[in-house]
Amino acid sequence: MSTLPIPDEVTTPILRLVDVGKVYATGAVEVEALRGVSMEVARGEYVAIIGPSGSGKSTLMHILGCLDVPTTGSYDLAGDDVSAMSEDALAHVRNRQIGFVFQQFNLLASLPAWRNVELPLCYSGVGRAERRERAMGALKRVGLGDRVDHRPGELSGGQQQRVAVARALVTDPALILADEPTGNLDSHSSADVLRLFAELHDQGRTIVLITHEREVAESAQRVVRILDGQVNSAASSDLASVR
Amino acid sequence: MTWGETIRIALDAIRSRRMRSSLTMLGILIGIAAVMLTVGLGQGAQAQVSDQINQLGSNLLIVSPGSTTTTSGIRGGRGSASTLTTRDATALSSPVVAPDIAKVAPVATGSQSLTAGTTNWTTNVVGTTPDWLPVRARSLTQGRFFTTAELGDAASVTVLGSTTATELFGGRDALGQSVNINGTTFTVIGILNTAGSSTTTDEDDQALVPQTTYSSRVAGSGNSTGISTLYIEARSTDALSAAYQEANKALMGTHGVTATAADFTISSQQSLLTTATATDKTLTVLLAGVAAFSLLVGGIGVMNIMLVSVTERIREIGLRKALGATPRIVRRQFLVEASVLGLCGGVLGIALGLVGAQILPHFLDQPVTISPVVGIGALGIALVIGIVAGVYPASRAARLAPIDALRSE
Repeated sequence: MSTLPIPDEVTTPILRLVDVGKVYATGAVEVEALRGVSMEVARGEYVAIIGPSGSGKSTLMHILGCLDVPTTGSYDLAGDDVSAMSEDALAHVRNRQIGFVFQQFNLLASLPAWRNVELPLCYSGVGRAERRERAMGALKRVGLGDRVDHRPGELSGGQQQRVAVARALVTDPALILADEPTGNLDSHSSADVLRLFAELHDQGRTIVLITHEREVAESAQRVVRILDGQVNSAASSDLASVR
Repeated sequence: MTWGETIRIALDAIRSRRMRSSLTMLGILIGIAAVMLTVGLGQGAQAQVSDQINQLGSNLLIVSPGSTTTTSGIRGGRGSASTLTTRDATALSSPVVAPDIAKVAPVATGSQSLTAGTTNWTTNVVGTTPDWLPVRARSLTQGRFFTTAELGDAASVTVLGSTTATELFGGRDALGQSVNINGTTFTVIGILNTAGSSTTTDEDDQALVPQTTYSSRVAGSGNSTGISTLYIEARSTDALSAAYQEANKALMGTHGVTATAADFTISSQQSLLTTATATDKTLTVLLAGVAAFSLLVGGIGVMNIMLVSVTERIREIGLRKALGATPRIVRRQFLVEASVLGLCGGVLGIALGLVGAQILPHFLDQPVTISPVVGIGALGIALVIGIVAGVYPASRAARLAPIDALRSE
């Protein structure tokens, strides 16, 4: 296999971390979760971030997802420096620029699939009719056009995760951030979801996938390995050509 | 996110926890219903008292012997001295002295034993003038009242209250029968219409005789002109104040006293009403206070449930924040949820209160008046309780860091 042709937009990275550090102070003990992480993801790239538990990949995911802010360093997302933004501004960035896919799916059990999918649009002030239309479109895109009125409890794990992917897609975000998206799925559903990610990538979506499983990471176009809060550049480049 | 959207989410959340939501509302419901009923009961009682007092004549002034305006030394209270005489009544009747006074009815009373055949009944015997009937705004069911001529002749005629007539003659027609009072035989010439009992005396249990007859035959020896009360009817409700001034001035003249040494008291129905309703008000406030505590407990229930709800829905809050909900939106959502709980409880409480207001009078023999003001006030209180109870849980939810919220299991 050879490296995929790098898209033209690579010159303008959608995501750039410069020397990002994160220190958690729990009582008197300070934990340095990230120590100077620098990385870039270009528009249209499909990147996997891999690392064992405790490597700091979850912290990195939180910072990439604007759920947390770095202690040091800077983070540019879609041209904006988000490392010093207010809570409200971060909420806005999460809403417009990022589509989350979580390990636990995080769907609201009381709402049917389409209302779970329209949720981010509620927070961006999109009108009711348009929300429904876009939610239906996103569900159709992930192959659940016939399950729009099902509640999460009536769907299989793989289907639930696809609803979550639809929810991540519905705002047309700059970045899809998937945190262990296959962690709660059987191998069949895992393959299903990963195939969906590959399709989305082919359509030009930018995807960052966080995992601890090498097989999952290998489905990405490029792999960044995190170890002890730092990017292990040697290992990262080694896996770069695997697809 | 629009308000409509926020309310929809709140309703969804309340609906999805039906049992818990209804139990929470129950606390508010009971509190609101209790407040409404106690206030309604109090207002009903007040209306009843003012009705009764107004029935006795709204242009009425009552002069009693004695004084309550204590300034110095030892003075008797109201009713402790017998300083009023028929002379006072005559003076006040003069249109020159008191142009704003329409009618004056002097009243002398004493407890006497009445005998009809073998039946005995002790009641209040009232010696008065024919003006008593219009002044006290009473009417007769049977017969007639005594005339001025009978007053002049000191005729042995009596008008009985309905209760008195029943007690003496049972179901038989009392009209034209004879009643013995203190050794004198009186002929029953009329029966009073019922008036209900006032706060002090049973207005239906009395025997009225001409004042002249009372002083000569009933009261026995002693001062024949002494009376216990003077009822004055002003020309109109507006003239009440002027009539009061005139009566006061005239009586000070006839008694030869100054204002500081007045040996009489003039009170109006208004002052009686004030006293009577003040008592009821105290009771109402007390009961409403107890009911308000139950409302407070209901409010604490709402807060408790909202706190549980926030803890239980940490993941949901985290997710909503991850998807772009600002702290303000999260806070608003929980506030609206608490308000909806309070408001629903309030509406149901008002419904229960209205039902109770229909049912309660059958058991208590007391009217329950629910005014729209109380209803709207109760709804407002329920809403405020919901909001106040929601503030703390909502701000806790708003402060949650999204990663902590998402991480929790």
